[in-house]
Amino acid sequence: MILRGLLILAYAFLYIPIAVMIVFSFNASKLVTVWGGFSTKWYGELLHDEKVLDAAWLSLKVALASATLATVLGTLAAVVLVRFTRFFGRTLFTGMVTAPLVMPEVITGLSLLLLFVAMEAAFGWPAGRSVTTIVLAHATFSLAFVTVVVRSRLATMDRSLEEAAMDLGARPLKVFLTITLPLIAPSLLAGWLLAFTLSIDDVVISAFVSGPGATPLPIVIFSKVRLGVSPEINALATIVVAVVAVAMVVAGRVALRKDEARTG
Amino acid sequence: MASQPAFAPWTDPQAKPLIRFEAVSKRFGDFTAVDRVSLSIHKGEIFSLLGASGCGKTTLLRMLAGFETPSEGRIFIDGIDITNVPPYERPVNMMFQSYALFPHMTVEGNIAFGLKQDRLPKDVIAERTRAVLDLVQMGKFANRKPHQLSGGQRQRVALARALAKEPKVLLLDEPLGALDKKLREATQLELVNIQDRVGVTFVMVTHDQEEAMTMSSRIGVMNAGGIQQVGTPIDIYEYPESRFVADFIGAANMFEARVAGDRDGRLVVHCPELAHDLTIDHAAPLAAGTPVTVMVRPEKVAITRDMPAEGLNWAEGVVSDIAYLGDVSIFHVRLASGHKIEALQTNRRHTDEQKLTWDDKVYLGWHPANALVLTK
Repeated sequence: MILRGLLILAYAFLYIPIAVMIVFSFNASKLVTVWGGFSTKWYGELLHDEKVLDAAWLSLKVALASATLATVLGTLAAVVLVRFTRFFGRTLFTGMVTAPLVMPEVITGLSLLLLFVAMEAAFGWPAGRSVTTIVLAHATFSLAFVTVVVRSRLATMDRSLEEAAMDLGARPLKVFLTITLPLIAPSLLAGWLLAFTLSIDDVVISAFVSGPGATPLPIVIFSKVRLGVSPEINALATIVVAVVAVAMVVAGRVALRKDEARTG
Repeated sequence: MASQPAFAPWTDPQAKPLIRFEAVSKRFGDFTAVDRVSLSIHKGEIFSLLGASGCGKTTLLRMLAGFETPSEGRIFIDGIDITNVPPYERPVNMMFQSYALFPHMTVEGNIAFGLKQDRLPKDVIAERTRAVLDLVQMGKFANRKPHQLSGGQRQRVALARALAKEPKVLLLDEPLGALDKKLREATQLELVNIQDRVGVTFVMVTHDQEEAMTMSSRIGVMNAGGIQQVGTPIDIYEYPESRFVADFIGAANMFEARVAGDRDGRLVVHCPELAHDLTIDHAAPLAAGTPVTVMVRPEKVAITRDMPAEGLNWAEGVVSDIAYLGDVSIFHVRLASGHKIEALQTNRRHTDEQKLTWDDKVYLGWHPANALVLTK
């Protein structure tokens, strides 16, 4: 009984703020903290706010592109770190690939900005701060997360499965595509989702590498909030929560089914 | 099977071996896993590499499969040097200890995998898959996933997958290690029967003596990276060439002794732990004073209340321990010197009136032909 009480308390602690926000997104009053009856007008208004819609679309594109890029590069890094156990500087690489996990985001953002500026000065690419720089920056810092997730899955995978495939006549690339990749697919999906969520709610790094023409959603929300919280922001945040929740449930289902298929 | 006298190509000096290891060594850093192993295996054999864990048997098998490259030496299959041939181009297939069935494929998919790599036509793949599945009696399970099978069924699928490509050599890494005792015994003979039908050469790694003895045409006993002795199960058990093999295979009573002389063409040895000198059949004469080890298997020692007949080697002692195993009993007899000898007796009758018990004074006797002199 006490345990259940504690559990409810912990969940309340986690979810009451979000619940309050969702409730107030249906507030008819313009005053955020005063309940003025039920209304969906803020959702309607949101649909007519060009700036928010553009930012949301941009954030989605950036998140899709950077998560995909990070998954490809992160998986390659994980494969090399797990499968090629003897090469010069392996320990250094292992440490370095996970460094962005603990690096303050301000520093990552600043150093990426410096790099982009220097690159532009040196050979004119990337031109200014744009979608490209945001995608590259997000891929850079979420790559580390993908590597960690994929690496742990690869490390626990039975090595003899790959040997068996090779023994049966498959060349190394074929082995990777037909055996390794399908077996680590759940971790790739998990890594991709992690990278996606990291990208879609990132403020700090985006603040450094985004330009006037390309402002992601979190930055728009952030700048709007500075002028005061409006019910419109609550509505926007509620939509984001809903999208993320649906994505996580789907991903959980997929991962669970794959796990059952593997372990019986 | 082990007792078929007709099949013994290793005794024919003209016969060309199928597999040849020539002074193969494998080092991992400072550790020598396999130390200058030379070995010939003939077509149609079931050859077992037997040894404790860490003796190098698995490394030797993995070098034959191509997963490890020898540090020195060469490996030949059918006269072709395969030392540097990658695993996917070797005419060998392996059955893994963990079975290594692809969890995301059905039984059929697993078996067809190897055939697809050869780009065979679809109908040939389907036909061959069906044939090997029938061979291991798993035809009904073609559409199951590995996790829907029992341990014994997985073992069959793994065998079928390794046989599907009709390799020249089938490598088996502890093939029955994951099965329980009853199933293991049944599967041993079935594996031998399948091997007999398909005629593929088996090279098998095991730490289980009974498995090696039951299945093998010949056994290579390994220790510390080297091959100690190669021979038929009978050779290995009855005529071990060294103290290590005698001690490793089965149970053995061993006495440290010195050669005392010769009598009627038999060797006479003096053993400080026994009251009487021993006479032993031995082909090669040894100089007096040579230190030797005398080995006699427990089942060759008769245990009696009466003094053994003339001409037998004998010793007297007191029963100190009895291990009753149902079919047999093992008596531990302590001699006056404190040395213990094991004697094995078959329990032929329900009850034995003359049943021996603890602290009984007994005589142990064995024939000169049933003991062995070891000099290595």
